[in-house]
Amino acid sequence: MLLIQVIVGGLLLGAIYALFSSGLTLIWGMMNFINFAHGEFVMLGMYVSLLVVVWLGGGPAAFGFTAAFALFVLGVVVYLSLIRFVLRGPMLSQILSTFGLALLLRYTAFWIFSANFVSLPQTSLSGTINIAGVLMPVPQLVAGVIAVMLTFGLHLLLTKTTVGSQLLAVSEDRGAAMLMGIKPDRMQALAWGLSAGAAGIAGALMAIAYPWSPSVGETFGLTAFVVVALGGFGSVPGALFAGLIIGLIQGLSAFWFGPIYKDIVVYALFVALLWLRPQGLMGKA
Amino acid sequence: MKRFRLPAAVVVATALVLYASGLSGAAETVKIGIIWPLTGNAAAAGQASKAAAEVAADIINNAHPELGDLPLAKTAGLPNMGGAKLELVFDDHQGNPSLAQQLATRLITQDKVNVLMGAYQSSCSFTATAVAERYGVPFMVGESAAGNITGRGFKWVFRGTPIASDYARTYMRFFSEMKKQGKKIDSIAVVNENTDYGTSVADAIVDEAKKGSIPVAARIPYSASSTDVSAQVLQLKEKNPDVVIFISYTADSILYMKTMKNLDYKPPMVIGDDTGFSDPSFIPAVADVAQGAMNRSAWAIGKPGSTTYKINEMYKAKTGRDLDDTSARNMQSFFALADAINRAGSTDPEKIREALAQTDLKPEQLMMGYQGVKFDNTGQNILAATYLIQLQDKKYELVWPESAAITKLEWPMAGWKK
Repeated sequence: MLLIQVIVGGLLLGAIYALFSSGLTLIWGMMNFINFAHGEFVMLGMYVSLLVVVWLGGGPAAFGFTAAFALFVLGVVVYLSLIRFVLRGPMLSQILSTFGLALLLRYTAFWIFSANFVSLPQTSLSGTINIAGVLMPVPQLVAGVIAVMLTFGLHLLLTKTTVGSQLLAVSEDRGAAMLMGIKPDRMQALAWGLSAGAAGIAGALMAIAYPWSPSVGETFGLTAFVVVALGGFGSVPGALFAGLIIGLIQGLSAFWFGPIYKDIVVYALFVALLWLRPQGLMGKA
Repeated sequence: MKRFRLPAAVVVATALVLYASGLSGAAETVKIGIIWPLTGNAAAAGQASKAAAEVAADIINNAHPELGDLPLAKTAGLPNMGGAKLELVFDDHQGNPSLAQQLATRLITQDKVNVLMGAYQSSCSFTATAVAERYGVPFMVGESAAGNITGRGFKWVFRGTPIASDYARTYMRFFSEMKKQGKKIDSIAVVNENTDYGTSVADAIVDEAKKGSIPVAARIPYSASSTDVSAQVLQLKEKNPDVVIFISYTADSILYMKTMKNLDYKPPMVIGDDTGFSDPSFIPAVADVAQGAMNRSAWAIGKPGSTTYKINEMYKAKTGRDLDDTSARNMQSFFALADAINRAGSTDPEKIREALAQTDLKPEQLMMGYQGVKFDNTGQNILAATYLIQLQDKKYELVWPESAAITKLEWPMAGWKK
């Protein structure tokens, strides 16, 4: 029974990882662009949720949508004011620009919110569901379900809709897409908005379960990159599977070998898998 | 030639100042050199301790008969030295160990202080005490906790504050008293973050538990940056100890309390070793799921009218804040130092050292929850201890030992079932 509990816990944690990483892999898939500020977007999503709860009141639906919308706008603004220009520069300046953005956002948050840990007041999502002795905390459960839904939603958006085709067209051949009447800037701004919006939702859901400070993006950021690399860069379903796998391995290895070994096990398996399959689980070779 | 004139002037001026201070201070004042981090990262702690030392000097230098058995409070100045006053010389080491070393040297050789005190950061105490040892000047370590500050064979270094092993012993005394009262404590678990802090405290607790033959059901080291602690909580649930001791930082201690609630695990008692459990964000985050969790503090304001309450009022009048555990531990060390100087009856360093070595303060002479002040041959106070406090409603209340308790201990802890 304890083992089932560990497995369930690992999968729920994995769903959070997947949720966190979906926006990151989206930007890579659309633009071949690594956004180092993604963790900070999630962090801002968490603070937006806190401000909504403290100032306006309201449940997870209210602050979830607010965080998603606020971050969507931020994503578009970041694209139009920064990314659009550095895209013309060399690869190194692209990498460093979002790295600089990450530091800017993190230290601005330190300045505004201070370094103290904060957490959401208990919300309606604070209970635990007991299914045959296996306990599932509601916040993680909701986060898990939304992570799966969001992943499918993004996947369908990219593969089944006109907007998705246009996004993919721009990522494949910007020039040809322009000739077809697609406005690349508009499409890529949309991709940034979607990515940051997903980060906002992730932040809102994580805020229910975790205490955080402005440096939270750093803590989850590394895991997010591993998830994206393991799942295959640019593959949204890959991020979901990779997130679940990493959560599960972490849970099991912490339980069997002790918590200080869990990251060793995860990264050892990660390196081994990349050796066998460098493109990741579901990436294109 | 011009290059030599300035240093010459400085030498003459310094000599004059020293001569003058020597004349005026020989009989009436004892100079105490104090180095603390008054700027930099730990400036808040240094400034708070500075204010505490100034309050202590005021208590000693002026007559405060209202403060009961506190040594040197009743009289103005040091009675054995004809009412000599204490003069405090503060210096700021900014948290820098090599600066602390330089300042200790300067205080001894130039300011001619009679004794030294400091230095908050253990690393700074470590270097500064070595200087005092070399010059043969008594050094009182106010509150630095690293084990290696004493135990280097030094003769001139004394430490008033409890260290990790004292906290561990306090927990064991608490357990044996609880057992006598019929509470079931058949095993404990120790959960520690895995850097120096958590590891050393956990080591001390496991050692003491072995001596007190209390079985340690599980020792779980983990990384404080963990984003998930459910595996640890499940492990605890499986071992089912009667008390779980957490040596944790902020985010992780909050995460533990929330995860325990989520996984429906509530041991009879949880003890947090200060740090994360004392962080200002801890109570607002988990007050409704961690009712009855215990924590430690050697300082308690006490009931209105008590000596500690009056000391706190004096401190509050000066700073606008209540006295905190860190500053209070420094203040207690300061009192112990002043008591020894008075008994020495002289500013002769060797006499002060001997008096320090013979220090034997009783609990009623202290402002802190120690069992006394008495130094062993390494200079460590062997009677240092701490109070235990318990989260009841939205604040910590002093619950143990019973002689000092403000409210009754709630055992088992209520957690969220309230």
